[in-house]
Parts: sequence; structure tokens; C-alpha cells
Amino acid sequence: MIRADEIAGAAARLCIEANSILPDDVMASLTKATDTEESQLGKDILKEIIDNDIIACRGNVPMCQDTGMTTVFVELGQDARIVGGNLIDAINTGVAAGYKAGYLRKSVDAEPLFDRINTGDNTPAIVHVDIIPGDKLHMEIAPKGAGSENMCALKMLKPADGIKGVKKFILDTVKSAGGNPCPPIIVGVGVGGNFETVALMAKKALLRRVGSRNKDPRYAALEEELLDMINATGIGPQGLGGRVTALDVHVDYMAVHIASLPVACAIQCHAARHKGVTLG
Amino acid sequence: MREVYIKTPLDDETVSQLAAGDKVYISGVIYTARDAAHERMVKLIREARPLPFDIAGQAIYYAGPAPAAPGHVIGSVGPTTSSRMDVYTPMLLDRGLKCMVGKGGRSKDVVSSMIKNTAVYMAAVGGAGAKIARCVEECSIVAFEDLGPEAIYKLNVHEFPAIVAIDCHGNNQYIRGKQMYGRDQR
Repeated sequence: MIRADEIAGAAARLCIEANSILPDDVMASLTKATDTEESQLGKDILKEIIDNDIIACRGNVPMCQDTGMTTVFVELGQDARIVGGNLIDAINTGVAAGYKAGYLRKSVDAEPLFDRINTGDNTPAIVHVDIIPGDKLHMEIAPKGAGSENMCALKMLKPADGIKGVKKFILDTVKSAGGNPCPPIIVGVGVGGNFETVALMAKKALLRRVGSRNKDPRYAALEEELLDMINATGIGPQGLGGRVTALDVHVDYMAVHIASLPVACAIQCHAARHKGVTLG
Repeated sequence: MREVYIKTPLDDETVSQLAAGDKVYISGVIYTARDAAHERMVKLIREARPLPFDIAGQAIYYAGPAPAAPGHVIGSVGPTTSSRMDVYTPMLLDRGLKCMVGKGGRSKDVVSSMIKNTAVYMAAVGGAGAKIARCVEECSIVAFEDLGPEAIYKLNVHEFPAIVAIDCHGNNQYIRGKQMYGRDQR
């Protein structure tokens, strides 16, 4: 049995921790990048970023003022039972509490076109729920800023476009993003599925550890190749020139319609924040 | 790489000496403004009403801070993407704005207007807002308080670190950097 207030409490804590503590794999990758980078300006920028992330972690303050629209990936065991309230309300209660207690920026407008009035508590969160075997609940909170979010893209390619078409789309997306998404970036690529699943696949690929590779060696090789291509653009840290444009590329795929080749490119800034907890 | 220390407000002579790629440390007053504040400022200009602060010689920082925790002057305050302000910028440059700090490239119209008006565009390190907050000595709201993080804040900064991304002669570090380090341009 999992209590709704337990979920809310965990969500609040995760919002604060995710925003101030950079995952160790990302930190290690940034540190390595300071050696790889050849541009002095690029090296200096990477050091500033690392310094900043240490300050944020030690001071328990957000590493970036853009504490995002809170995206929550939930894996809910089919035998789990939530009592004392419903899952989505509990998460939103937790997000509101966490953004208040953690002095995190509230960056959500209630409506996109006419008034754009801030909701004042960073809700609603965007919640994705997958039902899995078991009786536990895993919740991964990923605050992502709009600087990188605005640079993400999706395209419905033709099967004939093939691998070449996918590579071109990813490279074009990264090049046109330039310095906007705060490079060095992490690139999540979804291939296959359909219109709505390909974007989610690309987003979830961002949660994989930096340096991890797709289990399929062909996709693993594609990840390496895309990483090399992106780092050959010269965009560099913050777009001001250099060898390190991306820390990693993660490609995930799924089954696809005979007539389709959907591809999505999710771009994540260097503040690749996410933190999870398992309840129950 | 040149390191330059400047004080706001800025005159043409100071601005014209800054070159793309210079590391700059800014001290003095800078004003935050982002999408919503720009929209309102441009509306005031169109209605021939005064701006909430005298923009001549000033610097605008594209940023919306996180709330200050107890004992802090300000929360995390890194730059936001500048290109969203491109449509509003030439109007402000024509009224004497000398310096913009943000992140990412600018439109051709903005660069032409910067050359015409002797203005400079600098990049702060995006995602380094916790560190940048340490340069802010004072912070107060000047206008549009109802906009929350999008209000115009007057920041007193000491040696705020930035990089000249586009200078007033049109030299562009985003283009130059790619030319220097790109391996796919042949």
C-alpha cells in the first residue's frame, strides 16, 4: 500500500534535490570534457559550469534559475495500491510544495495564447505513467528548462529516407539550435513508433546514464557516429566554438508502421537534472 | 584572450573597444528583462509613454531569477535565450540601449541595429545561475511586479562575468568559433 501523502512528500523532496544535485554521470562527463575541449574559451566555460554545479549542490540552491516545467516519469506496478488520494493530485501537491520550500522558480502559465497567467506554484506537472509488473511505484522527476526544450524537434520521415535521413535530421536540429540550448548538450533520439510515442521515446532516452549504449550494436554504433558528427560541428560550449558540443547521444527505437519513419530529437542542456525514488 | 573590466552605464567609446571573444567583467547596474517585459516596454514606446527606466547607456540582462532563499540577495540568475527578444530589440537600441547580456545567437536585424547604434551583445554562461547570483550585490523590482520572475529587476552587480559574443562592428563569436573548431565545414 502506498499513501498519497507519501507520494506528495517524495515528489516535493525530489523537486528540490533534482534541481540542486547534478547526477554523478553528468558531472563526470563535464569534468572529462574540460580535458577534451581544445578551445580555451570553451574550457573556461566548462569550468564555470562545474563550479556552478558544486555551488548549487553545496548550497542546496537550484543550479539553473529555469527549474523547468516538472516532468514526472512514473512506473506503476499493476499490483500497487494507492490510498488516501489519487496519484496525479498527489504529485501536483508535492510539486507545488517542493517549488515553494526550495525557492525554485515558478515557470508555468495556465494557458498558452491569450492571458499567459502564471499558476504561481509550477503546477500542473507533466506526468507520464507506465504500468509495469509488480507492486511498487517508481517516480523519476526531471525538471528541464525551456532553453533546451524549445530546440527539440520531431519529423515524420519516409522509410526511404533511412539512416541517412535520420542522421541529417538530428544534425540539422542540433546545428540550428546552436548555442541556444546551453551546450554541451545531451541528445535523446527516438526512432520508430508513431507521432506521439516517438517524442516520449526521445525524452526518456535523456534519462539514460551518460556513456550508456543501446543494447543493439547497430544502434550503439549510430549513437557513437551521431556524437562524432555533432562534435564536429564546432558549436562548442555555449555555442561560442569548441570540440565539445554534446556529452552524449542516446538512440532508442521501437516497432514502426510499414509506411512510416518517425524521428524525434530531444535536446537536453548540460544541467541534465533528474532524480528518482521507488515507493512501496 | 583579452580580459576587460567595465562599468555601466556605457558610452560609445567603451563599447567600440570591446571585441568578440573578449572576457568581460561588468560592474554597476544592469536591468533584467525577458519576453513579457519586452512586450510591455515596446507597447509603452508605441504609445509614446516613458519607459520604467532611462534606457540610454544601459545594459539589459535577459534573465528571470529564481526566488531568493533566506540570507541570499537573489536566487539563481543565469541568462535566457536571447533570440526570443530579437523582434523587440532594435526599438530599444534606437533609444540608446548599449549592452545586452543573454545566450545564443541574434537575428540579422539585431546585429545591423547594434552596428548602427554602437551596441554590444554578450553571452553569460547559461545554466550557471547559482554562481552568477554571487555577483549580485543588490536587487530590487523596477517595474511590472505582477510578472513575477519576468518583472524588471534592477541588479547591482560586481564583476559579472560575460563573453563578448557579437561586438558593435558585427564580429560574431558564434560564427567565428564554429569556423575555428568545426571539422565538417570543408
